[in-house]
Amino acid sequence: MLRAKRAEVLANNMANADTPGFKARDFDFEAVLNRETGDIPQLRTTRPRHIRTDAGPVPQALLAYRVPNQPSLDGNTVDNQLEQVAFAENAMKYQASLRFLDGKIKGLLTAIKG
Amino acid sequence: MSIFKILDTAATGMSAQNMRLNIVASNMANADSVSSSIDETYKARRPVFKALLDEVNPGVASGGVRMAGVVESKAPLVREYAPENPLADKDGYIFRPNVNMVEEMADMISASRSYQNNVEVANTAKQLLLATLKLGQ
Repeated sequence: MLRAKRAEVLANNMANADTPGFKARDFDFEAVLNRETGDIPQLRTTRPRHIRTDAGPVPQALLAYRVPNQPSLDGNTVDNQLEQVAFAENAMKYQASLRFLDGKIKGLLTAIKG
Repeated sequence: MSIFKILDTAATGMSAQNMRLNIVASNMANADSVSSSIDETYKARRPVFKALLDEVNPGVASGGVRMAGVVESKAPLVREYAPENPLADKDGYIFRPNVNMVEEMADMISASRSYQNNVEVANTAKQLLLATLKLGQ
C-alpha cells in the first residue's frame, strides 16, 4: 500500500499547484520499499505511549523535495505535467501489484476448491 | 485508507479552484461598475491559497489546499472625465475599477485547467479503489 501513499503525496502536489511558496514533494519508491522489506531493524511501537520514530510508512526524512527545472515568481515548484505523469505511472503500477495479488489469491482458491 | 485521503485532497483542490473561478466571475461582472469616489469603486480581487498542514507534524504540508483569504488589488483606478455621467463627481470625473480583462481571462483558464486536473486525480483514485474492492473476485 506504499503505492497509495505515493499517490497521496502526488495528489497533494497537484492540489497545491497554485499555492505560492509550496514545494512539491515525492519519495523514492524503491528505497522506501527496500527499507520496509530489508533486514534493517525498525523500532517497534506496541503501546500508545511509545515514541514513534516516524509517522506512517514514509518518514519525513525520506520525503524529498523536487528540484524545479525552471524557477517561478511565487516560489511554487509544482510542475503539473510532471506530476500528472508520475501519478499515472504510479496508478498503473498500483494496478499491476493488485493483479499479482489477485493471481495469488485465485491460485490459492483453486488449490482449496480443487 | 490513504486512497480515501486522495479523494479528500482532490476535493480541497477542486473547491479552492472553484472559489478562484467565482472571484474571476465577480471581477469580470464588475469590470464596468463606475462610481464617483475612489473608496466606493470596485477593486479587483485575488484569492490567496495556502497548503493544509499535517495534524501530527505541523510544518509539513499534506491533505490539500485551502483559501487563506481574498485580497484587493492595489493597482491604481482609472479616472475618466465624463461630466454627462450621473455618477460623476463635482469636477466631472468618474472612477473605473482596476480590473484587467486579459489578466482575468488568463486566470480563468488557469483555474479551469487546475480544476480539471483535480477531477482527473479523483477519478483515478476512484478507479484504484474499485479495483482494490474487486480483489479476489
